[in-house]
Amino acid sequence: MNLTLKVWRQSSPNATGRIETYEAKNIPSEASFLEMLDIVNEGIIESGGDPIHFDHDCREGICGACSLAINGVPHSKESGITTCQVHMRKFREGDTIWIEPFRARAFPVIKDLIVDRSAFDRIIAAGGFIDVRTGSAPEANAIPIGKEDADTSFDAATCIGCGACVAACKNASAMLFVGAKAAHLNILPQGHTEKDHRVLAMVRQMDAEGFGNCTNQYECEAVCPKEISADVISKLNRDYAAAAVREAVAD
Amino acid sequence: MNSLGKTLLRFWNSSIGKKLIVAITGLMLVGFLLGHMAGNLLIFQGREDLNDYAEFLHHMLHGWGIWFARIGILGAFVLHIVATVSLVQQNRAARDSRYSCDATVQAPTSSRIMIWSGLTVIAFVIFHIFHFTVRLDPDLAAMKDPSDPARHDVYGMVIAGFQNPLVVLFYIVAISLLCSHLSHGIASVFQTLGLRTVKTRVAIRNLGLGIAVLLWIGFLSIPFLVAVGALEEPATPAAASAPVIEAAKS
Amino acid sequence: MASNATSKPSQNGSLNSAVPEGPLPEKWTRYKAKAKLINPANKRKFSVIVVGSGLAGGAAAATLSELGYQVKCFCYQDSPRRAHSIAAQGGINGAKNYQNDGDSVWRLFYDTIKGGDFRSREANVHRLAEISLQIIDQCVAQGVPFAREYGGALANRSFGGAQVSRTFYARGQTGQQLLLGCYQALEKEIAKGGVKMYTRTEMLDLVVVDGHAKGIVVRDLVTGEITSHAADAVILATGGYGNVFFLSTNAMGCNVTAALRANKRGAYMANPCFTQIHPTCIPVSGDYQSKLTLMSESLRNDGRIWVPKSKEDAAKIRNGELKATDIPEDARDYFLERKYPSFGNLAPRDISSRSAKEACDEGRGVAKTGLGVYLDFSDAIKRLGKDTIKARYGNLFQMYEKISGEDPYELPMKIYPAVHYTMGGLWVDYNLMSNVPGLHVLGEANFSDHGANRLGASALMQGLADGYFVIPATLPSYLAGQKPGSVKTDAPEFKQVEAEVKERINQLMSVKGTKSVDSFHRELGMLVWDKCGMARTEAGLKEALAKIPKIREDFWKNVRVPGTAESTNMELEKAWRVADFIDFAEIMCHDALAREESCGGHFREEYQFTNEDEDVKNGYTNPGEAKRRDEEFAYVSAWEFKGPGVPPVLHKEPLEYEAVELSVRSYK
Repeated sequence: MNLTLKVWRQSSPNATGRIETYEAKNIPSEASFLEMLDIVNEGIIESGGDPIHFDHDCREGICGACSLAINGVPHSKESGITTCQVHMRKFREGDTIWIEPFRARAFPVIKDLIVDRSAFDRIIAAGGFIDVRTGSAPEANAIPIGKEDADTSFDAATCIGCGACVAACKNASAMLFVGAKAAHLNILPQGHTEKDHRVLAMVRQMDAEGFGNCTNQYECEAVCPKEISADVISKLNRDYAAAAVREAVAD
Repeated sequence: MNSLGKTLLRFWNSSIGKKLIVAITGLMLVGFLLGHMAGNLLIFQGREDLNDYAEFLHHMLHGWGIWFARIGILGAFVLHIVATVSLVQQNRAARDSRYSCDATVQAPTSSRIMIWSGLTVIAFVIFHIFHFTVRLDPDLAAMKDPSDPARHDVYGMVIAGFQNPLVVLFYIVAISLLCSHLSHGIASVFQTLGLRTVKTRVAIRNLGLGIAVLLWIGFLSIPFLVAVGALEEPATPAAASAPVIEAAKS
Repeated sequence: MASNATSKPSQNGSLNSAVPEGPLPEKWTRYKAKAKLINPANKRKFSVIVVGSGLAGGAAAATLSELGYQVKCFCYQDSPRRAHSIAAQGGINGAKNYQNDGDSVWRLFYDTIKGGDFRSREANVHRLAEISLQIIDQCVAQGVPFAREYGGALANRSFGGAQVSRTFYARGQTGQQLLLGCYQALEKEIAKGGVKMYTRTEMLDLVVVDGHAKGIVVRDLVTGEITSHAADAVILATGGYGNVFFLSTNAMGCNVTAALRANKRGAYMANPCFTQIHPTCIPVSGDYQSKLTLMSESLRNDGRIWVPKSKEDAAKIRNGELKATDIPEDARDYFLERKYPSFGNLAPRDISSRSAKEACDEGRGVAKTGLGVYLDFSDAIKRLGKDTIKARYGNLFQMYEKISGEDPYELPMKIYPAVHYTMGGLWVDYNLMSNVPGLHVLGEANFSDHGANRLGASALMQGLADGYFVIPATLPSYLAGQKPGSVKTDAPEFKQVEAEVKERINQLMSVKGTKSVDSFHRELGMLVWDKCGMARTEAGLKEALAKIPKIREDFWKNVRVPGTAESTNMELEKAWRVADFIDFAEIMCHDALAREESCGGHFREEYQFTNEDEDVKNGYTNPGEAKRRDEEFAYVSAWEFKGPGVPPVLHKEPLEYEAVELSVRSYK
């Protein structure tokens, strides 16, 4: 198939970016979206140009590296998948496809379609963990965890940290990401002790990184490749309110 | 600053803290709107009931009640606006670049125009207060209840107030935007308070829509019915008097 | 050389495995009791470099930081959370015996040794089985959401190569959940200041000072800057080399550079020919293909594998004249059921993979490329109903449909084997230290625990065992003999290596040829897949060894690397990696040629059971099974780099089995 690509090109973090047009010719419909870009890049390299840079690694939807906004929607409008799982058969001959980086102030562009998502790492470092030293763990079956809690926690734990939630949000809010990690750990008994500290610290770091606020439009859950529900945001709000009150009145 | 003060300041400065303030003040304002609408609907009971109700509001707690209510509502209103404007500024800054190809997957329009519907409501509220509370129009201010010339004729004022088609049009637009604001806002209150879960999700959405529709019908039924002439003509200031209902005064 | 007080004298004067004395089940306990310790005040003075942030590297960096060492951790990804450990699906073994089905540390040890076709080191494997218990405790405490029973206890499932249920799992995302636990522990230590993390930073060379590994030279993948980092010890946890085959289930960035550079600086490469081919992957659909996707092996429980009996039918399917459903029952060849009646479609991974290859080599493949066989669920759907099949495999069917565009409920799936794990790696002793003192190697990057074939759910176990529990206990054995901070990056050795790295980058940038990096990688991959893949022969390996130098020559003459070296340049990253893959492929083929036996993932066509063999006659095994030659080849082959263009030199670490008896691997 033959397509027209409108691709964001930006040579470095401080350079001015712009949309450039490329013709993608003779693309097999079985190819994946990233393989289509591979083919286009091979052509660019042969003609002496600089290939289109984009993040990608596992190409099976789990590492969270790939991060393209396809026609304005992170990971494309197909639900429950990452960019690397988009296949060309979903497009039609002659289509024009817009390819842009995930956009947010907290995700500055590094080059072309590559953005810096290290803000997510710093949010996890602020409190997205259970502080247990290697070797100090009790016997694994010592704390029974009901299947329902285990499953709910798991649903939140499936987050791959891709940042689509931020990219889709009109406010570039990271609430789904933070809510997912807080829910994963707060639901489990192992994570109860640090619950208040966790939500307060993570939310403060999230704010400091310059993410926006949730206005409950749920674009995030619509594009989440793991289909994490915005219920985790509700839970984060609840846990935060409780933690803030306890912090205000505690000795 | 003491440590409680610090905590409160931190709360205000945090994204979720500010949203909680928006949610709680929003909830108060929704409560006010429901009460206001219920009172307005007394117009369909006739002049006497509505004017009794208005008189009751002005005299409860020896006249202090209405001022407590007004200050409370104004406080909530101002906090709601200040917090929201601050959040919107942060949100604009957080998304400093736009997609060349912009797309929305599931966010309803009402949720995307919150700031515009909100600002319209502010303008409307100011107009509405000068229109029916302060009564800048001397004709409206001078209206007296035909059955008790000592008291103001709210009933007559409403009907007179809606004689101007431009005023009616503004009310329709503003109330529609207010209800659009509420259709997203009410459900959002539950999300921000952390009460939206997998079990309550659908009920909360429907509750938000339901209240918005109810308020839309309730508020707009009055200008609509006045415009089509379904309510009595306004009484003139010189109209004959009627016995005063003491019960309403006490 | 390894300097543990409890180690045995060297077997052949060159490789000392440093296995502690004592009966097998007590070795690790005794080791820990006698191992050297470093007092807390001194730990702060020691610095350690960890390259790689997957299960092994991340766990090591976090744990060493908890102990008080100053850790620097490097990964090429934008976040440690994206290391390829994340893609592991199935589960992690732990000999907890929660199911009360007779499991024990001994059984896990034995299954792993047997599964590895008796080519791994007993003492290491037993230690792995012992530590498996602690790993589960540790991960649960971190909040890894393992599957649970309704009563709240941990659930287990069975996995290939074992008769007990000892696999802990987190849906089909066990690797992801374990890695996130490990990543969170790492981030916690980063926040506390114990670990300095360098993301988007790739190690390009190892620095050896006075015979000890004391640092690395790295490239910042964003700015292109080349810098040196010195430390008192270096730990490589850089994963496997499956991408030498170009197409594999590995992530696109997985590479052999760190291990190969260490090899060139003196560390021996062990058993590089041991690669594991997974039978159930989605077949290649065209030349543009970049990556293969694994489908869980559990599909073989209900799916039947077949190809048409006749080449003509297969050709018609390939060109679209016929569909699978057009082939009548009697024209189908259910080849696994035919060849291995007792195991049928559940034959071991290596056997199933080779049988599929044979069928396709005969011209009976069904995918467009000719490389694919059917995995057919129509009988199972008839027998159990679509709903049952959907409940069992729904997400896998969905994944298949997304990639292939075909509905597996209507048409049979097409599958083909693909490379997905490499058992070989840098040689290490019991301390996980290579023959270069100070250089430690963990996880898939070392050769230590899986012999010639890895059992399912064992890779995650090994990575975490090495990182959380082994290296923190064994590293002091080395560090105790070192003066902390004795080497700095201003040492001439660092300047020398930095200059060499810059020179090599210059060379890559200045070729300015006409062919893309990928085209060379593809060419190399096809060659080694063909000659050193599922089945190997002496002639084929010699042919590969003759062709690889030509690919190298062509590469250095004609490769095109656009852009500049002083900026983000993904073609330059790939070019460096591919240049190293080319060199590595040579060592791999040398190893495959030298190992004149078949074992586990290494199948030399010359060495297989035939109907003449006693073990076949008495029904113990089947013709076509791998035939080991224990008398001559019960050793670890460790290859020493001898200079560019010079064949590597083989060193042998004999494998002595004290606790188990070598037997023919049979799953009958």
